[in-house]
Parts: sequence; structure tokens; C-alpha cells
Amino acid sequence: MSLLEIKNLTVEFGSIEKPFRAVDAVNLRLDEGEVLGIVGESGSGKSVSALATMGLIEFPGRVRAEELKFQGRDLLRINDKQRRSITGADIAMIFQEPMTSLNPCFTVGYQIIETLKVHQPDTRKQMKARAVELLEQVGIPDPVPRLKLFPHQLSGGMSQRVMIAIAIACNPRLLIADEPTTALDVTIQAQIMDLLLELQEKSKMGMVLISHDLALIAEAAGQVVVMYAGQVVEIGTAEELFYTPKHPYTAALINSLPEHAKGKKRLDSLAGVVPGMYDRPSGCLLNPRCQYATDRCRNEEPELKGPLKRQVKCHTPLGE
Amino acid sequence: MLIFLLKRVGVVIPTFFGVTILTFFLIHIIPGDPILIRTGERGLSDERYAEMRAEMGLDKPLWKQYVTYITGVFSGDLGKSITTQVPVIDEFFTLFPATIELSVCASILAVSIGIPLGILTAVRRGSFFDYSVMTVSLTGYSMPIFWAAIMLILVFSVNLGWTPVAGRMSAMYWVERVTGFMIIDSFLSEEKGAVLSALRHLILPSIALATIPLAIVSRMTRSAMLEVLNEEYIRTAKAKGLSPFKVIFVHTLRNALIPVITVIGLQVGTLLSGAILTETIFAWPGIGKWMVDSISRRDYFAVQGGILMVATIVIMVNLLVDILYGVINPRIRHR
Repeated sequence: MSLLEIKNLTVEFGSIEKPFRAVDAVNLRLDEGEVLGIVGESGSGKSVSALATMGLIEFPGRVRAEELKFQGRDLLRINDKQRRSITGADIAMIFQEPMTSLNPCFTVGYQIIETLKVHQPDTRKQMKARAVELLEQVGIPDPVPRLKLFPHQLSGGMSQRVMIAIAIACNPRLLIADEPTTALDVTIQAQIMDLLLELQEKSKMGMVLISHDLALIAEAAGQVVVMYAGQVVEIGTAEELFYTPKHPYTAALINSLPEHAKGKKRLDSLAGVVPGMYDRPSGCLLNPRCQYATDRCRNEEPELKGPLKRQVKCHTPLGE
Repeated sequence: MLIFLLKRVGVVIPTFFGVTILTFFLIHIIPGDPILIRTGERGLSDERYAEMRAEMGLDKPLWKQYVTYITGVFSGDLGKSITTQVPVIDEFFTLFPATIELSVCASILAVSIGIPLGILTAVRRGSFFDYSVMTVSLTGYSMPIFWAAIMLILVFSVNLGWTPVAGRMSAMYWVERVTGFMIIDSFLSEEKGAVLSALRHLILPSIALATIPLAIVSRMTRSAMLEVLNEEYIRTAKAKGLSPFKVIFVHTLRNALIPVITVIGLQVGTLLSGAILTETIFAWPGIGKWMVDSISRRDYFAVQGGILMVATIVIMVNLLVDILYGVINPRIRHR
């Protein structure tokens, strides 16, 4: 049994008559102890998929899925209260902006203990001891006085460490990290990534790592999912995607890495943006931006094909 | 915290002087002579007139009068009312409890209804409930207080006969003055039914006085709640698996209250100035009515002293709000 099994996840916003699909029939699978990477540019539906898994999509957003199973339990077929008992305890999430993700009115200690209180209530003393232990685990030195600090007294890296402490407070089996290092300094980025991977390794939890940074994903994740305009366009290991990308979009993403532009005057880039709410093209959603697009691409939507661990959604995959 | 306090007090001093200068010169600029108003049509001889002017110090140049006044203020002497010959400060404290009683009732009404309404409308944004409450509150905000008060009297006192028209207490009861607060005094007195009468007299003036603050507090709470609900830390709170109740009342409300408290503090000024109209309409024997009467009598000392006292209270309340603001908002407290 996989830890997380998502089949045909669709998230829609806007009116019922004219919905906007932020996530379109996405399938994801994740085993215990596995790190799954999700890449894609802004607006590709990475974060929305993660929020849907957490149960954080609110009205007027609509989440549908054939299956959204976590440890064999379908999260869409239990009531809100049962769902909340899983959210924050067995599935936890950390966000992109650590500085604004902590409530400015409460101390660090309060915010950590709050999670414990909801999911694993204990005596005040015990919970405080656990909070100290958590801060130590995420590499915050001298944790006891730090419990009394307010978020505005912390740096960005420190805030993200606190967020991680909150996320791992109840020993989750699945941690969703949504661009956990994007808002941080480069030097801190590496520290936070190392910390996350170390914690993941130690507790053997599953991790979904969302980023637009391919290099970061390649270092951390085994299996990688590439998303574009709410759809999964390619699946493979980080290595496969890096060295033999099959989807023109993946190839373009890799080409646009600054590391590939040595000696060039300009960086490579993929012209255009992800199609917006009402300007979706017919056929393959990438066709207006794709240099290989044929008439077939413009008329007929390709299917995600190939073996389970190496799939591509393209009529004319590269290298074939 | 001490430095913070000292800084705030430092700002208060110039404000205080500004108020004394403004009220002093404004009331003296208004045409009219307190002595002539006092003697009425009977008139008085020129010698007596000059004598009375000298007695009150009105014959000296204006700046000298101001200096006399301000030195008096610092020794706690606001002068004697020209009309009643009672020290202004005594008169003020005799009437002040009535105003406080009314303002407190109005604030309780505004806060206890306004904040819950703001929360509910924010949580149910876009619903029929939201639209109707916000429409009513906009109406309340735009309505002139004197018109609203007269309409209230017309409907509830005159047509329905549910509430008394004016005053603080029915003439049937005699309540001895102990604290000056009618509710407390009537409670202490032996008179049966006096408490009820005091309460019944309070209803309409409180509602009239509370309309504008209520509208402001509810709209402010709503917009602050909506803003905070979109914050990322609210998403974090939900991601912890907290109940919607906790997300709203602990995480959202605490942050939303920061601007709301400031607004409530500022409403104290509105309440005291609103009291002028409300008290005049409901013949409520408080500071507002006294000020209006004193102005029309050109009772310089009563007006100067009264306004100074009210201004001091407003300044003090704002100072208190600043301190409270620091308590509720850690970003200000810990610098």
C-alpha cells in the first residue's frame, strides 16, 4: 500500500458554468520514506495540488478526485473533523514564506505547543519539553529562551526552522514542502534543505517537495513529476528528466537553467506564460509555446503514456 | 515600555496647550457679552457693568486673561462659572457621571454588538446576511445623530410609549445622589422601580449615541477580519488541523482586533462630542448639554474649563489605547 495515492485529482475555481481548472486529472503516488519532487513554473498547479491534499482548498474552490488515499484512507470521503485530525498530525505542510506564515501575535512556543495540544494533548510541562526538543531537532541553539520569542524577532531562516518544528511536531508520515527555500538567502537554502532531508531520512516519512528549482529537486527527490498548466506532463527519476527529458516542456525548463548558458550572451527561455483562466488552447496545452508543435498537437490532447515510473504526455516526445 | 510611555506623554503636552489656546481664543472671538446676557433686558448701569468686568478680569487685555487662565489651570483652578458662581471643576464633576453613564452604555452597545457582527459578516462574506448588515451599518453611519434620536423618540416614546421621552429618572422617584451614576444610586436607594426607570431612561439615548460607533466598529471589524483571513499564518493555522472556531477566534480575531481597538479608542472622542447632540435632545443633564448651555450664555470659564477637561479625557484615553495597543501587538512592545 502506498502512503499517498491520488487518482484523477481535479481542483476547480470560479463559477460552475465556467470553471477554471487549476489542477486537471492529476495522478500521484508516493511510498513511505520516498521523496517526490514536483516541478513547474508559476501557475502550473503545484501548490494547489498540495493544498488539496492537505484539505486547505476552501469554498469557492472545488476538489474532486477518484481517489485521494492516505494510508489507505480516502481523505475526500471522511468528515471534516476526521480530516482535521489527520491534517497537521499525519500530513504536515511547510510553506514558501516563513516570515508571514507564523502568527505575529503569538510566541514561537505557543505556536508549537498549539499543534501538540490539538493532536497529542499532554501536560503543559510535557508539551513544553517536547517543544524544546523539537527546536533542538531543527537546529535552533539555546531553545528554552527562544520559546518566548515572537515571530518578528526571528530571521527568515529561523522562522522556517520553527515552521519545520511545527510540521514535524506530531511525527507526520507525510511532509509537504511547498517551495520551502524560495524566500530564503542562498546560504540558508542549503541549510534548510539539508535539515529537511535529514529529518526525512531519520523518520522515514514520505515527502513531497515542490519547487521551480530543478537543481534542488534533482538533488533531493527520487521520483519527479513535471507539471504544466495543472496537468502532469512528465514523470521520471531526476536523472532521467535531467539527461533525457522527453517532454519539450521539461527540456525547455532544463535549458533555461543558468548553468546551461555558459558562454552564451542570453539565457535560454521558454517564450510566453502559462495559459490563464480563459485562454486555454485546444489540444496540447503547451502547443502555442512549443517549437515542435504540429497540427495534431493543436487539435488533439495527448495522453500520459509509458511505464508507470516513466511517463510523458506528448505526441512527439523527444528522443523517440 | 517606559521610554515608549514617556514618548507618548511628550506628545501630549503640546496637544494640551493647543487645546487651551484654541478654546480660549475661540470663545472670546464669538460676539456676545456674558454680563449682558446674564442681566438680560433689564440692563445695568455703566458703573456696575465696569465693576463686574473688573471682577471677572474681563477688562484686561486678552493675552493677560490667557496668562491668568493658564496659571489657574496649573494650580487646578479652572475659574468660577459666570452664571452659577460655582467653581467650574465642581460643576464639571457634578455633571460628568451622567455623561459617563451614557457613554459607557453606548460603548458597551457598540462593542458588544459591533465586534460579533463584524466577525459574522466577515466569515459569511458575500451572503445575504453580510449585505443586509453592511447596508444597515452604512445607513447608521450616514444618519445624522439628531435626526435618528428624534425618530427614536417619535417611534418608541411617542407612538409606542415604551420608553420615556427625556431625562434620567421618572419624577415619581426621588433618588439620593451618592455616586452620580443613576443606575448605581437608584440601586442604593430604597425606591422600588427606580432602577428600572433609570434603565428605561438610558435605552434611547444609548442607542442614539451608539449608532455611529456601532457602524464604525462593525465595519472595521469586518474589514480587519477579512484582511487577516487572507494572511498566510491563517493558512498555517488551518494546516495544523485547528478547528474553524480556533482559527477564527484565536488566530484571526487577535490580529484583527489591533486596528479595531484603535478605532474604538478614537470613538471616545466621537462619543463625547456625540453626547452634545444626544444630551441636548434627550435633556440628559451631562457635560454635553452643559457645554451647549454655557456657550449660549457666553460663560467663558465654564466653556474653557469644560472643553479642557473633555480634551484631557480624550487625550488620556488615546494614551491608554496606545498602551493597550502595545499589549495586544507584540511587534510594538518589543522593539
